[in-house]
Amino acid sequence: MSQTREEPASVVQLRGVDKAFTAGGEVLTAALSGIDLEIRRGEFVSLIGPSGCGKSTLLRIIGDLTQPTAGEVIVNGKSASAARRGREYGIVFQAPVLFDWRRVEDNVRLPLELLGMGRAEREERAGEMLRLVDLTDFARHYPYQLSGGMQQRVAIARALALEPALLLMDEPFGALDEMTRERMNSEVLRIWEKTGTTVVFVTHSIPEAVFLSSRVVVMSHRPGRITHTVEIDLPRPRGLETRELRRYFELVTEVRQQLRGGGAEEDVLAALDQVAAEEGSV
Amino acid sequence: MPEAGVPRGRLRSVATFVAFVLAVLVLWELLKFIGGDPWRYFGWEWRPPLKIAFASDLLLPHVWQIVAALAEPVQRLRTDSLAQFLLGAAFYTWREAAIGFVAGTILGIGLATIFVHSRLLERAFVPYVIASQTIPIVALAPMIVFAFGTSIVSVAIVATYLTFFPVTIAMIRGLRSPDPRALDLMRSYAASPGAIFWKLRMPASLPYLFTALKISATASIVGAIIGEGPGGVNDGLGRSIINFNNQYISGPEKLWATILIAALLGIASYALVQIAERWTLRAAPTR
Amino acid sequence: MTARRRWRQRALYYLPSVAVFVGVILLWEFTVHSGVLPRPSAIIGALTENWSSGRWPLFLAARNTFMEAMIGLVLGSLFGVLWGAAVARWATARDALLPVAIAANAVPIIAFAPIMNNWFGVLNPLSKAAIAAVLVFFPIFINVVRGLAAVDPAAIELMRSYAVSEWVILRKVRIPVALPFFLTGLKVSTTLSLIGAIVAEYFGGSSDVIGRVVVQSASALRWDVSWAAILFGAATGILFYLAIAGAERLLIPWHPSVRGEGPA
Repeated sequence: MSQTREEPASVVQLRGVDKAFTAGGEVLTAALSGIDLEIRRGEFVSLIGPSGCGKSTLLRIIGDLTQPTAGEVIVNGKSASAARRGREYGIVFQAPVLFDWRRVEDNVRLPLELLGMGRAEREERAGEMLRLVDLTDFARHYPYQLSGGMQQRVAIARALALEPALLLMDEPFGALDEMTRERMNSEVLRIWEKTGTTVVFVTHSIPEAVFLSSRVVVMSHRPGRITHTVEIDLPRPRGLETRELRRYFELVTEVRQQLRGGGAEEDVLAALDQVAAEEGSV
Repeated sequence: MPEAGVPRGRLRSVATFVAFVLAVLVLWELLKFIGGDPWRYFGWEWRPPLKIAFASDLLLPHVWQIVAALAEPVQRLRTDSLAQFLLGAAFYTWREAAIGFVAGTILGIGLATIFVHSRLLERAFVPYVIASQTIPIVALAPMIVFAFGTSIVSVAIVATYLTFFPVTIAMIRGLRSPDPRALDLMRSYAASPGAIFWKLRMPASLPYLFTALKISATASIVGAIIGEGPGGVNDGLGRSIINFNNQYISGPEKLWATILIAALLGIASYALVQIAERWTLRAAPTR
Repeated sequence: MTARRRWRQRALYYLPSVAVFVGVILLWEFTVHSGVLPRPSAIIGALTENWSSGRWPLFLAARNTFMEAMIGLVLGSLFGVLWGAAVARWATARDALLPVAIAANAVPIIAFAPIMNNWFGVLNPLSKAAIAAVLVFFPIFINVVRGLAAVDPAAIELMRSYAVSEWVILRKVRIPVALPFFLTGLKVSTTLSLIGAIVAEYFGGSSDVIGRVVVQSASALRWDVSWAAILFGAATGILFYLAIAGAERLLIPWHPSVRGEGPA
């Protein structure tokens, strides 16, 4: 992908971002608190944390699909909403969210149509994207004829159709079985290496986060804060052998410990210890 | 419930339907055989042993009498057969119903679009759209015809009224049916509201629309018939029903033949919508 | 959220529709007053005509029509339940009876009204009840089929592991699961049965039923009476519907739609 204009080194900058959900003036949930994050061009960053820690909300804030209650969000050198209107990112959800009534190739063409691209160019670009995800043979199929993993690949092809600087992925492989998931992980890395897009990847799975990323950002439980960042120094390109390296296991353990450290589990264990101590003394 | 979406399954259900109709006809004649009026054909006579009130030749004509009546002149001193006359009346009724059907569909889609985009208008008016279902709308039919005159327009108004309600409700649901993430997706593309409507909401609502159209197809035919009958419109099936009912004693088969044609009209309308649905929704898997 | 706040929120929610109602009535009262569309005040007048004389005509008419609708509802439901149970039980029956029911639904039932008048006698309420029954049949039928199909096969297997008879399974599993669906169909049918009765009356009947009042007053150009009769019929329909909805609360208090948590 060629970059002909001057582009900022940071694709995403978050400063002091808070998010609280309110109803009629009352605060219902404090989802995020004091998020400071910077993501540099070409990085593959994973966000990981316990359920409800706000990682999906954070992703949606970057994508201007919801607004923060405080703080600054800068995407590709401009405000998040300007970046959205400039169509500078692609998003992949946990479900493929394909349009049932469109064929696979028409689903990939959707963003191109919305941009007003001419027909010939649309067809060419969509074909390119399908080649990228290796689904050219299924271009004329309907979504229901494809497996879950294949549908997600179509969703990825669609997200990359406008060649955005940023790719947001919200637990995209959460609904797939373990084996398909590992295959898809390798696919995503292959695509990332080919296109050079910056990726923000939300996941529940520690092995997945470590395998894919340059950096894993660990979040605490609600209200979500960034508690730790683990730099992943595994060599690239990463493949099946990577999952067998000792360093891989060390990193997985480190991430797991960081998750526990910011989580409720320690508090619970400590409380149980206390109760046991008191009972023992009676 | 398993769907008969495969042609083989469809052939089978048509076959069983035909078999059922034949069974009904056999039962019909059987009732007359057991308890109707005497059968006298070609010198052979049969006196049924029992006396069933409904099975007399007057109240339940023989199936072949009804069919035969279709071939005979509709009235003495007229050259067109009953069949021709009834088909003409059926076409007249169908036309009124079709105009109302199209108008009601457009109105329903329009209203639903407005309601989906304005919560305020929706809260103001949807309760009445729903409440109108509990009012016997069809009961207003003759009054509308009295008011607007016995023309094709007034009956079409009735058909429009009967169509727009199911279409509105179904379209509201259908236009709102897309996964919220699909809406997020469109927003991530900074799609215009028009693009979101035409490329996402409208295609998603089509299955819902067709469910409502199947109801409306028959409802508009029924509305047309009722509007015509008591309303005094001259050329449709409703008027034929009333006329042949008045002349029942002199020719019971004619009323039954009229009912047969009306039934066929209803089924044909439904089938038309069904075919349109199959053709338009071939993308989605059978639901 | 405090209870007071909740009430206020709910009042605000309904405000637009109430405003529309009041607005339309006022507009109607002060603008239109010709021919077919009398003033609301005139309609109210016709509605209450003779009501203190001990023989309130509209009430009697509504009661008679309601009886016809009720009989039709009972008969139609009976057939709907039996037919639906047969279709759900025997797969071969399903192939035969389902397309028939669908086709029967497409036929303009109302065309049979004169035949019913001839069979039962035009003054006999059964002639109208028969039409109502046929109209009611299809919604009940389709809902019973859907309800019985909604039974979780795992629940049936559990009951089989207790080695109980099919009859017990029917009572303890199938009927409770199918009941909410049946009641949904019943609610729809209340309005259909009333509409069926009224419209069947248009084709002939005794003078003190809603349908005949409408037609006779219309041909005498007393539109206020026609509208009053329609309104009375509508009110009867709404009350009928609410009665079934009330019964629903007693019969299926456990269902999410009755608990107030989700759509029916």
